[in-house]
Amino acid sequence: MSDTAEKPKDIMFAQALNMAMNKAMADDPKVILLGEDIADKEGGGVFKVTAGLSGTYGTDRVRSTPISEQAIVGAAVGAALVGYKPVAEIMLMNFITVAMDQIVNHAAKLRFMSGGQTSVPLTIRTTTGAGTGLGGQHSDMLEAWLAHVPGLKVVAASNPQDAYGLLYSSIMDDNPVIFIENTPGYFVKGPAPAADHTVPLGKASIPREGTDITLIGYGSAISRCHAAADKLAEDGISCEIVDLRTIAPFDEETVLKSVAKTKAAVVVHEAVRSFGTGAEISSRIHEELFSELRAPVGRVGSGYAPVPFSPAIEKAWMFSQDDIEREVHKILG
Amino acid sequence: MASTDMVDKDVLVDIFTRADLIMQSDIKFRQMIGAGQLQIVYYPVRGQEVVSSAMMAAVNQDDYLVTIYRGLHDQLAKGIPSKELWAEFAGKMTGTCKGKGGPMHITHPATGVMVTTGIVGSGIPIANGLGLASQLEKDGKVTVCCFGDGATNIGAFHEGLNMAQIWKLPVIFLCQNNLYGEHTHMRDTTGSASIKQRGEGLGMRSVQVNGNDASAMYTAAKEAVDHARAGNGPTLIEAMTFRFHGHLLGDTSHYIPKEEMEQAKKDDPMPILRQQLLDLQISEADVAAIEAKNAAIIEEAAQFALDSDYPPGDEYRIDVLDVEIAA
Ligand SMILES: Cc1ncc(C[n+]2csc(CCOP(=O)(O)OP(=O)(O)O)c2C)c(N)n1
Ligand SMILES: [Mg+2]
Repeated sequence: MSDTAEKPKDIMFAQALNMAMNKAMADDPKVILLGEDIADKEGGGVFKVTAGLSGTYGTDRVRSTPISEQAIVGAAVGAALVGYKPVAEIMLMNFITVAMDQIVNHAAKLRFMSGGQTSVPLTIRTTTGAGTGLGGQHSDMLEAWLAHVPGLKVVAASNPQDAYGLLYSSIMDDNPVIFIENTPGYFVKGPAPAADHTVPLGKASIPREGTDITLIGYGSAISRCHAAADKLAEDGISCEIVDLRTIAPFDEETVLKSVAKTKAAVVVHEAVRSFGTGAEISSRIHEELFSELRAPVGRVGSGYAPVPFSPAIEKAWMFSQDDIEREVHKILG
Repeated sequence: MASTDMVDKDVLVDIFTRADLIMQSDIKFRQMIGAGQLQIVYYPVRGQEVVSSAMMAAVNQDDYLVTIYRGLHDQLAKGIPSKELWAEFAGKMTGTCKGKGGPMHITHPATGVMVTTGIVGSGIPIANGLGLASQLEKDGKVTVCCFGDGATNIGAFHEGLNMAQIWKLPVIFLCQNNLYGEHTHMRDTTGSASIKQRGEGLGMRSVQVNGNDASAMYTAAKEAVDHARAGNGPTLIEAMTFRFHGHLLGDTSHYIPKEEMEQAKKDDPMPILRQQLLDLQISEADVAAIEAKNAAIIEEAAQFALDSDYPPGDEYRIDVLDVEIAA
């Protein structure tokens, strides 16, 4: 981490990702990018996250691909086996379903099944997130599926600085990493990272300290946690926020330390609440701190349904700041 | 490319009636979105009207359709009621899917619209299942499965066409080749010179046709339908066409060379088809009457969509499973 005296200017989340890939490509010639429409001729990515990179590093290293998710991830796995550090962009998270065999049966397992002779240092960048009226097949949060597969790391940043540091670490990591971005979050601004800013994988942060309850989340949950914490502060409730940053494997030490202090916790995510990552995190807290807790750990997530198209139902279905506040009040009584 | 004589006057009028409804609907959607009356992601279909109109003129209402996010033209050509379609696009309770599916996921079994998918290529294997059921039921139905040129690079296309071929399923695979998948020209993503070649490689009866030529398109469609109904199996139709307003509304088409776009617009199928009707001695007044009737249908549908109510918030708990999910 670097602290510069001068206040950094604000940049958008998407720009931080671009800077991280730019740095990784400059630092290591083995970093290559592949994905649909990612080169400049096709617009530099549908959200322009890879804009300019094919110009700087050439289309040998920044390759637009056919609409072939299985072939994209498979090629990334193969190149990774022999020393490349591919960054595959799967435009939207729902489209990884088409590549699940390559991810689950191969990327995640080849190191283990080869007895450690090979490794798959690939990064899959993908974006998702509801609230955009895209309906059932373009907004799912599927991180729990991936976190359940041993051998995969799963990462989700909540601000531009972390996005920069985490993406760089993901690319340089010797394991397959699924890097989950948030589509509405692309345009959110935050302080720019210093060029040498790094964030290690597997390490949570505490962006807000508090004493009464711990809110644990990642990615799109964090801004809602902050908003809820501000509101709850007016009622005299002091929230601590833990931003996991790496979902799997998650930073148990930081989570347990915080909850041991506050003695109450709510896990928050945009993904469907049932069978979500919140269940695992909550369960670990109960296993370690059961007798110290003031109340069972709460969970906030979205409803048990596909993402609805109509804005009226999408809003009712989706997790919200209100849900967090309600859950906190329920726990603290 | 197969070239053919002009089809019957009545058929051409039928195709024009469908195609004009599509064209006017597309224009109206773009207007209303531009004016902020609808806030939706919209995949324009202007330019591809004749492909689906001629295809659907060759099938019956109870034949099946599987289509994609860019499916408005297919659904309207298939005969889906405009009011319910518009209401669904607007996310209203009166829509075909109670606002839960939205523009990318239109379903209307009464007109055979069985699946609209937002996942490129995924409709193809499902179309096979509909075809398989028809084969087992001996109900004589065919399934039309629409997708784009870009979709032929997905595994599902190759797996699906092979299975349809070995089982001789009554499915018409209608590849609407508009030369672009999002921002990428087909030549940069496709190893074969045509999509037709891919079908041939899988052993399937395959044809390439100017999809913007109503007569040629209808003839190809009719042959494929007759072939399938006779139990002779599937056909891949590669219908050459173009989209005039980019991948989705707001796309500036910066990746399409100016000359290519200009030429495509010169070949706009709609004025050509209209002129063909006039050349067949259908009066200007008769053509104008068709257009006016379509305009009235659209006005009514758009107003119905605006006036309808949104579904109540907790509607999301219904239709997930066959029982309501507890709050
Ligand atoms: C599996 C999958 N990958 C990527 C996308 C994103 N996407 C939506 S449409 C599209 C282009 C499809 O092109 P084509 O098949 O030619 O159909 P067209 O849009 O031209 O009608 C892409 C890449 C998707 N929806 N599904
Ligand atoms: Mg196309």
